[in-house]
This record gives sequence, C-alpha cells and structure tokens, in this order.
Amino acid sequence: MKRIEIKYGRIIDPANNIDEIGSLYIDDGKIAAIFDEPHGFNADEIIEAKHAIVCAGFIDLSARLREPGQTHKATFATEIKAAASAGITSLCLPPDTLPVIDTPAVVELIKDKAEKLHYPQVYPIGALTQGLGGKKLSAMLALKSAGCIAVSNANSPLENLVILRRAMEYAAGHDLTLFYRPDEPSLSQKGCAHEGIFATHYGLPAIPEAAESIAVDQCLELAKLTDCRIHFSQISSRRSIIKIQQAHKYGLDVTVDVAIHQLLLSEQDIEPFNSAYHVIPPFRGEDDKKHLQKSVATGIINAICSDHQPHDLDAKLGAFSETESGISSLETLLPLTLKLVETSVLSLSEAIACLTLKPAEILGIKAGALTQGMSADVCVFNPDKRWQVNDENWLSAGKNTPYWGQTLKGRVTHTFQQGQLIYTLEK
Amino acid sequence: MSKQNLQLTPEGRLKHFLTIEGLNAEILTEILDTAETFESMPKGVNKYPVLMGKTVVNLFFENSTRTRSTFELAATRLSAEVLNMDIERSSTSKGESLLDTINNLEAMNVDMFVVRHDQSGAAHFIAQHTPPHISIINAGDGQHAHPTQAMLDMFTIRQHHKDFSTLKVAIVGDVLHSRVARSQIQALNMLGVKEIRVIAPKTLLPAQIESLGVKIYLDMTEGLDDIDIIMMLRLQKERMNSAFLASESEYYKCFGLTEERLSLAKKGALVMHPGPINRGLEIASAVADGEQSLILQQVHNGIAVRMAIMSMIIQPK
Repeated sequence: MKRIEIKYGRIIDPANNIDEIGSLYIDDGKIAAIFDEPHGFNADEIIEAKHAIVCAGFIDLSARLREPGQTHKATFATEIKAAASAGITSLCLPPDTLPVIDTPAVVELIKDKAEKLHYPQVYPIGALTQGLGGKKLSAMLALKSAGCIAVSNANSPLENLVILRRAMEYAAGHDLTLFYRPDEPSLSQKGCAHEGIFATHYGLPAIPEAAESIAVDQCLELAKLTDCRIHFSQISSRRSIIKIQQAHKYGLDVTVDVAIHQLLLSEQDIEPFNSAYHVIPPFRGEDDKKHLQKSVATGIINAICSDHQPHDLDAKLGAFSETESGISSLETLLPLTLKLVETSVLSLSEAIACLTLKPAEILGIKAGALTQGMSADVCVFNPDKRWQVNDENWLSAGKNTPYWGQTLKGRVTHTFQQGQLIYTLEK
Repeated sequence: MSKQNLQLTPEGRLKHFLTIEGLNAEILTEILDTAETFESMPKGVNKYPVLMGKTVVNLFFENSTRTRSTFELAATRLSAEVLNMDIERSSTSKGESLLDTINNLEAMNVDMFVVRHDQSGAAHFIAQHTPPHISIINAGDGQHAHPTQAMLDMFTIRQHHKDFSTLKVAIVGDVLHSRVARSQIQALNMLGVKEIRVIAPKTLLPAQIESLGVKIYLDMTEGLDDIDIIMMLRLQKERMNSAFLASESEYYKCFGLTEERLSLAKKGALVMHPGPINRGLEIASAVADGEQSLILQQVHNGIAVRMAIMSMIIQPK
C-alpha cells in the first residue's frame, strides 16, 4: 500500500492534545507517525497542506443514505461521494430504510453496497422493534452479530413505556447502546414547527418543547431502572438538556448529540413557508439554540451530527406542513461547525473533537484520532476557502437545504479512509 | 422574522393578496377607499368592466359556500368570467399534487386564482409556483390567514368609526385555530387601533400570542371592559371531542356573548362575527340579531371589499 506524507498542515488531534504544524505519515492504511518521519519512510505521494487543517476524518452519528428503498431520493453512490467530499469517513445509518434494518439480511445488503463503493465504514443502526412498529422486539443479537453498532427506533414511536423498558433491558443484555430520539407522540401529534412565535404567527401545527423533554425524562428514569446505555439523538430543547444534566449528577452516564443546524438556526430564522426549513425536531426558540450552543461548549452535548436527510424535489413541494421533514446536510457539516468557531462558541480543537473523537467514543470504535497505528481516516480542509452551495459544488442527490445559494466558509481538500484517498477537491 | 414581498410588485403595488403581513397602512386604506367607491355607486349600477375578458378561478380545496359565493359575485360584477372548482382534498391527497392541479388550470389561460385550502401556506406555495401573469387571492389557508375577511371587517368598522386610533377591540373565542383572528390582529395593528385583546380559554390560545401585539384575557368580564368592538370567532363543535373544551354549555357560560355580557363593554359597542354563527354556543340570538350587531352588514360588505382587492390586483397603478 501507498506511503503518504501530508506536510506543512496544522495538525489538530484533540485525542492526543495536538495542535501544531508538521507532517503526518500514512503507511499501509494506518497512521505511521506525526511530526517525526519514521525511519526509512519513502513517501509515494506527498500532499502539501499549507494553510490547511489536518485532522481525523469526521464520524457522523446520523445520516440517511436512502438505500434500500428510497433510491428516488438518493443512493449510496451519490451520498457516499457527498460524505467523502465533506471529510466524513464513518457514517451511522438510522434503521428507517425500506425495508427496515431489522434483519441481518438488510445489514448485509448495506455492508455490501458500501464495500462495493469502496467506502467500508458505514455503521448500520439496528431497529429496536420489528419493522420499527414499536410493539415487538427485534432480533438484537442477530443484528449485532451482523454488524449493527447500536439500536434505535429512529423517529417511530413505541407503543408504550413497557415496550421501551423491555427493549432497553434486552439491549443492555446484548451490550447494545440505545440511540434514542426523544419524542412523546401524543404531544407532538402532527406538528411541523416549534410551539412558539413562528408557529403562532403562521398558523402551523405546533410541537411543544415538552414533547421532547418529557420523553427524555421517561427514558432517563428507565435507563436507571434497566442499566441500558443511552445515547440521545438530535436533542433540540433547553429543557431536555437540563434533565440530562440532572441525570449526570446522579451518576447516569448518557451521551447526547445535536444536529448541526439546530446550533445555528432558530424559529426566528425560518423563511415563511419555505419547506427547506421543515425539519424534525423543529427549529426551536432563540433561547434553546443558545442553550444548545453553550451545552456543546461545556460538553453536556458530546457530539455534533449532520442528521442528513436528502429528499427528492417533490417531497419538498407543497404547503409547509404537507412536505417531508429533513435537511440534506452532509456537505454543510464542516462549514457550519466552523461558524461556531468563528463566533467563539467553540475552539477549533473542540469543534473537531465534536466531529471526531466524541462520536468515536459514543460508538466505541477505534477512530476519530491520529494516534500512531490507528486506521488512517484523515481529513484535510482549508478553513478559509469560500464556496457557494450550488449545483456545481453540491454532490448529494438531496438539494433540500436552507443554505442553498449561500456562500459558506471551509472546504475539504482531501479525505482519506483507511489510508485510501477517497476524495480530492478539484481546483 | 424575514419577510417575503411575494405579494407586492417592485413598485409596491398589490400583485397577490395572500396575507396582511408585509403590507402597509396605505395599501389597506386604499383597499377600503376603493371598496367605498364601489359601495357608494348609485343603486342599479352593479356591473363594472374592470375585469372584462379576464378569467377568475375559484379554487376551493375546502368547502365554503358563503365565501365562494361572495367572491363569485364580486368577480361577476367586475365582468370577469368565473370558473368554480371544488376540489376534494381526498382526490388530491391520492396522487395529484397541489402543483399538478395548478398546472392543469394554468393551461386554461386564467388570470386569477382565488384559493381556499386547509393547510397553512398553501396560497403562498401556489403564488410561488404560478407564472407571473397569474395573481393569487388567499380566501383562507389552514390556520394562517384570511385577509379578505379581515379587510371586510376593517371596512365595516370604518363605516362606524372613522378613526381607528381610538378603538379598543376584543377578539373572542377560538384564536388557536383561527386564520380570521390572525389576519384581523395584523390589520387592526396596521391601521393603528389603540388596543387589541384576545379573550379565550387557555386551551384555545396559541403560544406566545402576545408577540402578535395583543393582550390576553381569560375572562369576559375583565376583557370586555371599555371595549368598542367585539369580534366573535366561530367555534367548531369538534373542539369538544379533542379535550380543548369541556362542554358547549360551559363554553357558553364562560365565553358566550349574551346581552348581559355585551353591557359590560362600552355603551353601544359593536358586535361582529365572520359567520356562520353558532347561536347559543358563542353568541346569543338576541345579540346576533340585536341593534349593535353588524353581522349581516359584514356579509354585505364582503362583496365590495373583494371587488376592490380584485380590481387593485388586476390593475396595478
């Protein structure tokens, strides 16, 4: 395999407390060394990374690639390219595919597709219940053996709390983490916007903040009862964070991620009836957004994910409430995270940790760091390079983003996965 | 909140009429003045060539005989050809998208759509996806806006009070589900009334309604004190079945507008209602048919106001 030297870059590796300009050496798909050239190292390829940042490849805790089942929205081929161009080297896939990821066969199908596209690091999340129906437990052991990294019921409700309790006990028995997107369906109903100024103003069916925080509370109580490891996905409300903070105090070890757009947009930013802003959980109030930002900085929120949901054009055409929710967000993950650095919410190193080290810890995988001997998942990006979100630069099949047409700062130039160069920015 | 000036031409004239938001007092006043000229025409004159050769399509995705009829009358009196399309929502949800429906109608060479739809934002969506020569009038979209109703209400108020700035107005009832209330609040604020109150049970008030520029009252006695205009809202009887309210009789007891309650407001306070009214649920017959009631006048004014809006849209100065 190729030997590669990435030189002159600013190497940032929060796992090893590194932030310094120097060379990174890759050999046989692994990190061979940083700064000091290994003995007898003859680079087959040298990449100059002047003015660029060199860090571990990003790990996305939630990205829908729409396969199997919804290839009219996107395919592995399109979305993996988009992910590679965004510096993402590991993808966790929620189970709400068609068919649902509730059998080893679907897991194998997904793994196969990824292998064929030379992007092996996809991590399917198994369904918590059969068909995500919320009633019967899925065969979690089989799913785990097939390669599922965690279990989740995605955005589908569970029939009641007994099912959640049993599912948590069962998952704990197989040492599986539950990825839980908290939502009390009887409160959120068919809402499409946060219960606040925006929904009131425009007469849209609203989702109260309590729909999330009540579900967080219930889950935390059951986590205590069942010893199941919980990871909260895409938290959006201030009250949820307060509940989680309290749980930390009594020793419950739960982790949290947030979708990047929740850290940058609130209900006040929504363009009236523009379906690109229709996302679940909905954009909350300004207070919520600020609290989420603060919580990422203090570490109560561990990781930032894309919550990528590419859609076809038709899915977003219609009256706001009738359109499908979700934002295509792989390619904006880095530039938007860098906005948090620019506004001093996070240091660059903290921001990178939220995309690399922290999600790796949540998943329990050996990744997200530039430690010698680790698989060489590396991202090189130019933090100052401006680019416009448009057809020319965009790779995902889903163009549903509120940032369409805007110019963002921060662009990936090279992505390595297991030492293989999977993306180079054409100049 | 960012504003889309979808409904105005670059010169600031009306292109569509989708919501009161984003308009200004001058435009609203122009609508009222134009309506007045139609209204003050000598008896017997009720046909104007303003929309001669134009085609107006009443596109109703939600039933409404009354609103549709007044739009139809307004367009006919302006000499337009009128096509009524009642589209069953069930058939659109089963395949044909809103956009397909619009595209099909566009092909018929029409000039104006009057749209009613049960989803908030539907009229905006249609306005964004029709070619520039077609104008859209929102005849009610979901729980968002019903701007022509609000304007006919303003017109009716102005017939009795020339000066909006002295008025205290109370809007009573199901504000949560009401597109009428949202548009009324915006229009009243734009025309500079002194005070707007909403009076409703907590279950029927949307979150942070104060942000629209109203004061909240949960009680009629306090809320009606010193009020000049009482604008009642229609209560859907289904609300009893989804835990918004306990019973019809309890609602009437708390929020029904009786003669006794009416006497709590300013002497001679005017009573309005967008109709159709539920007698004995939100309003007593004695009040609805009483001297202070403007309910039938509202219906009558609906035609002139809609004529005004249609003529302003089709002839941007």
